[in-house]
Amino acid sequence: MLERAHIMVCGGTGCTSGNSRKVLEEFERKLTEHGVRDEVKLIMTGCFGLCARGPIVAVYPDGAFYQHVKVEDVEEIVSEHIVKGRQVTRLLGSERTESGEVMPINQTPFYRSQKRIVLRNCGRINPENIDEYIAFDGYKAYEKCVKEMTPESVIQLVTDSGLRGRGGAGFPTGKKWLSSYNAKDDQKYIVCNADEGDPGAFMDRSVLEGDPHSVIEAMMIAGYAVGATQGYVYVRAEYPIAVQRLQIAIDQARAYGILGKNAMGLGHAFDMEIRLGAGAFVCGEATALIHSIEGHRGEPTQKPPHLAEHGLWGKPTVLNNVETYANIPQIILNGPEWFKSMGTEKSAGTKVFALGGKIMNTGLVEIPMGTTLRTIIEEIGGGIPNGKKFKAAQTGGPSGGCIPASLIDTPIDYDNLIAIGAMMGSGGLIVMDEDNCMVDIAKFFLEFTVDESCGKCTPCRIGNKRLYEMLDKITQGKGTMEDLDKMEELCKYIKANSLCGLGQTAPNPVLSTLKYFRDEYIAHVRDKKCPAGVCKALLNYVIDKEKCIGCGMCARQCPASAISKTDYVAPGHKLPSMQIDPEKCVKCGACMSTCKFGAISKK
Amino acid sequence: MSNQFRETPQQKKQLENVFKELKNVPGSLMKAMQKAQDIYGYLPIEVMQRIAAACNAPVEEVYGIATFYAQFNIEPMGKYKVGICLGTACYVKGSGVILDKVKERLHIEPGHTSEDMKYTLEATRCIGCCGLAPVMTINGEVHGNLVPADLDKIFAKYGD
Amino acid sequence: MKSTAELQAIRDKLEVEKGYSCAVGENDTKIAVCFDDDGVAAAREVVRTFMNEIEKRRLVNVKVLQSGSKAKVDDEPIVEVTVPGKKTVRHTKVDPDKASQIIANIK
Repeated sequence: MLERAHIMVCGGTGCTSGNSRKVLEEFERKLTEHGVRDEVKLIMTGCFGLCARGPIVAVYPDGAFYQHVKVEDVEEIVSEHIVKGRQVTRLLGSERTESGEVMPINQTPFYRSQKRIVLRNCGRINPENIDEYIAFDGYKAYEKCVKEMTPESVIQLVTDSGLRGRGGAGFPTGKKWLSSYNAKDDQKYIVCNADEGDPGAFMDRSVLEGDPHSVIEAMMIAGYAVGATQGYVYVRAEYPIAVQRLQIAIDQARAYGILGKNAMGLGHAFDMEIRLGAGAFVCGEATALIHSIEGHRGEPTQKPPHLAEHGLWGKPTVLNNVETYANIPQIILNGPEWFKSMGTEKSAGTKVFALGGKIMNTGLVEIPMGTTLRTIIEEIGGGIPNGKKFKAAQTGGPSGGCIPASLIDTPIDYDNLIAIGAMMGSGGLIVMDEDNCMVDIAKFFLEFTVDESCGKCTPCRIGNKRLYEMLDKITQGKGTMEDLDKMEELCKYIKANSLCGLGQTAPNPVLSTLKYFRDEYIAHVRDKKCPAGVCKALLNYVIDKEKCIGCGMCARQCPASAISKTDYVAPGHKLPSMQIDPEKCVKCGACMSTCKFGAISKK
Repeated sequence: MSNQFRETPQQKKQLENVFKELKNVPGSLMKAMQKAQDIYGYLPIEVMQRIAAACNAPVEEVYGIATFYAQFNIEPMGKYKVGICLGTACYVKGSGVILDKVKERLHIEPGHTSEDMKYTLEATRCIGCCGLAPVMTINGEVHGNLVPADLDKIFAKYGD
Repeated sequence: MKSTAELQAIRDKLEVEKGYSCAVGENDTKIAVCFDDDGVAAAREVVRTFMNEIEKRRLVNVKVLQSGSKAKVDDEPIVEVTVPGKKTVRHTKVDPDKASQIIANIK
């Protein structure tokens, strides 16, 4: 029987960690208990995007969007909503329309400015069922290419759409395909980069988890366009759910004869395989990734030759990232003009961002290129928690830079971000508030790149290490003003001389924080203060003797026995207040988190 | 050299099957190592030698790969793998403090295993749960939205 | 080995079902079945009839929704049909036979 209600439980990583699997099992049990199991379709879908309010459960066609759903809530949803048709308002989120009704989810600030192309199927289909992908026009784009278009016209169409690589640098995808097409060889390869190593980014993971077939279809299209029959998807091993769903999708596509010798009876062969990474950030770099697929250490090599002519096993290779591929089927079906109608002149289409850090609505958002940072943070993101002030947003991870509050009205596209010293990167967007120290953030990224540098070339291996040491010195309060100039010089040297993208971009976080937050560096160096109160060596914990009631909780928590009684009893209190000996204090902050009276602060 | 390497006949058999399965797969060395680690939990030198022989590669190359990638362990791991995410989203929300607290609690530095082989502590890269930042994983189970006060309750589950 | 025709067959087969994976839209005909706690059993029969008819007739743009009581318990189950651009029509004391007729009149 046609099911009258579809219950979609989010199976993205955020919600799964919040126990959405147990919620799904509970639905199974309760629906059976209430005797309505056969009237309802129950599936686990990909990420809905609003991770901050997970686990998410959506019920269609009503469009009820339940948030923070706990196992205990399932009984009420089933008995009230599914059986009696009464939505459980308390779980529907706090947004209301002017007339006081629950706001339809697509009109809420989080969703209304979004445009979901890449994420179109995430939260809509069961990613483990190929039929559902097919039902939503899946594999139609591939059919169109093979039946109605020549490889040349497919490449032309992709070129005309203005699609640029979503992995970071923004190279035109059509151009990449054309070079591979022009390289004559008996064997060519299509490779998908799903080695999403940028910390704080999980766009590709969500696409693989929520809509794996869109990537398979796009790789088949690329194969048809350039004349390749074998594909590889290189996925981080840290993404077990994504790997599992992609493997299921590949197996199903093979069983259907979509992948294989004669795809869908259309006369072309294409097959693909997953290769797992093993935890090396540098493998996101094109040549390093290729070496890793070949089973070697993932060390980059000099370009040219470019992968388009000399890639995997020395053969012409197309390498795009997950999000780039996920755009392809839609571009083929709807045409280049449709795609260009979204975004800006030089950056067509949409971009998926993983919104994280100090922001209310952490999660996954897809916006047309050219949307301002203000819209992303204030409207979609719901602003900064706890009434704090927005300080900066960091894009592009360890390769990118920060956008200070003064540039919040910058329209986000490839060229604007480069112009202000940041970069699009793969799409991590980390929001920072007044409590984040920009020197500390720069140090954090440098520590990451130093750790992840493969060590092959000197500027990256040693240069970044020195840069890190200088930053560390500054956060210890031992920096000098000359260090700031030296750092800038070293940054330029590393950028100019490193072998691969990792080294060439590693100094960006330092350069951009030096550019926009030089005051903060100077405060560390000259005044020996960390204005944000983060750098431990530069701050002291102090007890406000007027507020302290003398309960002694802090002294019991102190691991260094640095807290003792004074002789002073504040007016209105019975016990003498406590004090911290700065010589003994290890600045762990245990006292501050223990104090219930707000008497301890760091300065 | 790991003196205490022991294996069950079943593990040995599993590894041999892996070699058979990967015989004609191009570039299979890393795949073989990943599967071997799934079987043994780490890559003892004895196993690396066997992989080298089966994949027709020098042992140095196998060792080189094992030490290049963060996910290969050449030392045995603790019973519980504790990972503190130091991805950016977690870091700006205070995972550095969480790491410090766990270090104090377990008396080990990241990358090390406690003497009783109970815990291995790792400072991990972003695991993609940024919506729950800061997060910690224990044998794959994710604990999110952490504050230092949560640690007592979490570790109580593991008898601490 | 699947052919493209077989893929199209899957799309056709899931055409109606897929509409239930999305929120009800402006172009959909809405059938709201309204009932009180005591009327659950009777209403369910009606809903099931609607679903069977929709599936049989392959009515892609018709969505059945359940809703609370309209405070006229004696008339329940009440069915309100809203065709886009037209006024809502109310049917009272609907049973499976009546439900089939209502569906037959849509389109």
